[in-house]
Amino acid sequence: MTTLEAPLAPPRTRSRFREWWANPWGRPRFLLLFTVLYLAWSIVPILIAIRFSFNEGRSRSTAQGWSLRWYYEDPDLSVWHDPDLRAALFQSLRLAAIAVLVTVPLGVALAIGLTRWRGRAAGASRAVSLATLVTPEIVMGTAFLLVFTHLLRFIELGTAAQAIGHITFSLVFVLIIVRGRLLAIGPEYEEAARDLGASALQAVRLALLPMLVPAIVASAIVVFAISMDDFVITQFLSSGTSTDTVPVRIYSTGRTAPTPALNALATLTLAITIVIALVLFLVWRAVRATRGQTGSAVEDFAALETEPGR
Amino acid sequence: MSDTERPVAGTRGNAVWAGLALPGVAWLCIFFLLPLYAVLCVAFGTVDPLFQRPEPEWNPLLWSTSSFEFVVDGLFTSGAAFQTVFVRTLVYVVIATALSLVIAYPVAYYVARYGGRWKGLLLVGLIAPFFISYLMRMLAWINLLQDDGWVNDVLMWVGILDAPRNWLDGRASSVILGLVYGYVPFMILPLYAFLDRIDRNLLEAARDLGASPFQTFRLVTLPLSKPAILASIVIIALPMFGDYYTTDLLSQSPTTSMIGNQIYLYVLGGQQIPVGAALVVCLMLFLAVFMAYYLIATARAQRRVGA
Repeated sequence: MTTLEAPLAPPRTRSRFREWWANPWGRPRFLLLFTVLYLAWSIVPILIAIRFSFNEGRSRSTAQGWSLRWYYEDPDLSVWHDPDLRAALFQSLRLAAIAVLVTVPLGVALAIGLTRWRGRAAGASRAVSLATLVTPEIVMGTAFLLVFTHLLRFIELGTAAQAIGHITFSLVFVLIIVRGRLLAIGPEYEEAARDLGASALQAVRLALLPMLVPAIVASAIVVFAISMDDFVITQFLSSGTSTDTVPVRIYSTGRTAPTPALNALATLTLAITIVIALVLFLVWRAVRATRGQTGSAVEDFAALETEPGR
Repeated sequence: MSDTERPVAGTRGNAVWAGLALPGVAWLCIFFLLPLYAVLCVAFGTVDPLFQRPEPEWNPLLWSTSSFEFVVDGLFTSGAAFQTVFVRTLVYVVIATALSLVIAYPVAYYVARYGGRWKGLLLVGLIAPFFISYLMRMLAWINLLQDDGWVNDVLMWVGILDAPRNWLDGRASSVILGLVYGYVPFMILPLYAFLDRIDRNLLEAARDLGASPFQTFRLVTLPLSKPAILASIVIIALPMFGDYYTTDLLSQSPTTSMIGNQIYLYVLGGQQIPVGAALVVCLMLFLAVFMAYYLIATARAQRRVGA
């Protein structure tokens, strides 16, 4: 292939770049470029939205200085002073807290039960749990709305109905995460505990649960994140402005009356989600380290997230 | 089975396991299966002629099919609103899913195969969208696509546009962009998780036998990842079929309304709720094939891992 004049022709720097770019033994450079472009496309719009939440002026496209006007300073329109925006933030946090507190214990018990329980009823229960994962949210939202307005009328639309909705759709994520860990652990530890005289429940409590702590913390992070993110079911079960969450608020005012306060609300929600997820993540890592398990933390998380979009 | 006999491993304490699963299973029966049944009963029910309130029919023997006839009529009459909207939804979902795959596969492939010491950081970038609300990500694009937004600024600066274009007024391209932007992260992670598990020895063997990198990809990696590709398509296509907020936020026009918007209109609009319920049932029936495929495929994969 190479001709005699090849080393002479291009200036050295350019040939080095071309060598790097076209090196058949290195990593495919165009894929690297593609990945970097994707990440930029995915992150930059968010960064721009965050930047305009700190805008001094009303515009969401022209940089007009920096201020906390839309967070706190504006007496009417800021997140702190607009009662609707503030209520939305608290409603989001309230629902996420309820979802984590109820779903995690319920889901862990379900996961242990369904993994070890044998028989036809167990198979059917597993199928029903997984069906919640693939049911589109609009179907679930309609179903909840109709059952709460026509059959289970003692459950009022609003926080109670929304919380039930959040618990129902996040249950399957706890199930998947904890079950994955259980399958990895295998039945030997409980068998040993049972052979040494423990009852079935004691074996679960003393042998299994301690080993499941990392998976339980991981599932708490996922439940919290998807509860904060949920939109359709929350909107279908809202009883009015007072039970709107942040995503519902963005939907209802995103096109009609947007100000940078909406960006501020979204940014604040994002910051809170990240801080809480990070705290739980550090707990998870600490727990994991004390139990002597190795491997990259982030990589494990990637494997956990099988969530269909919501 | 007596206590002295050692039972088969795994069946010991079956009642205890059933008991542990019971609260969760009961929860799903009351708050998942029962609501789905309620949708059927409303869809097959009637409407109170005076107050226009739906009257669900709880007894399957007395089900009336009038709402379904209305929906099915609309779906199979060419030019009818339901059919137009359904075909549009199908077109949007197919285009958006195809674009997502074109973006997701190379990214997942690169990170899984060549991430190297940057893998952790790249993964943080791939996972980040999961912690950012979908609606916030749409809000970011509303900001960018405004008349005086940055997209117009850039396009005018480059010289592609002479005057700002209104991107948020019933443009299919904006809606599809929104769908791809919103759902592509959900496709990348399962693809990554699968590609990361492919046995490197297979790829090395292919290279040793004389295949070029591209041939290795085409003859080994791609066929191996077919189940993961199909599963990831289902993962993002299912919620897209029920999407109404992306088009509401990025277009707001009936010319881009999707099947989700119709359901939203009938169910939350208050008029003719049984028609909305019947639409939901029809959507479920249409999607059942995909849902069943996904469940069977994951069950098969799990059996391979679990066994």
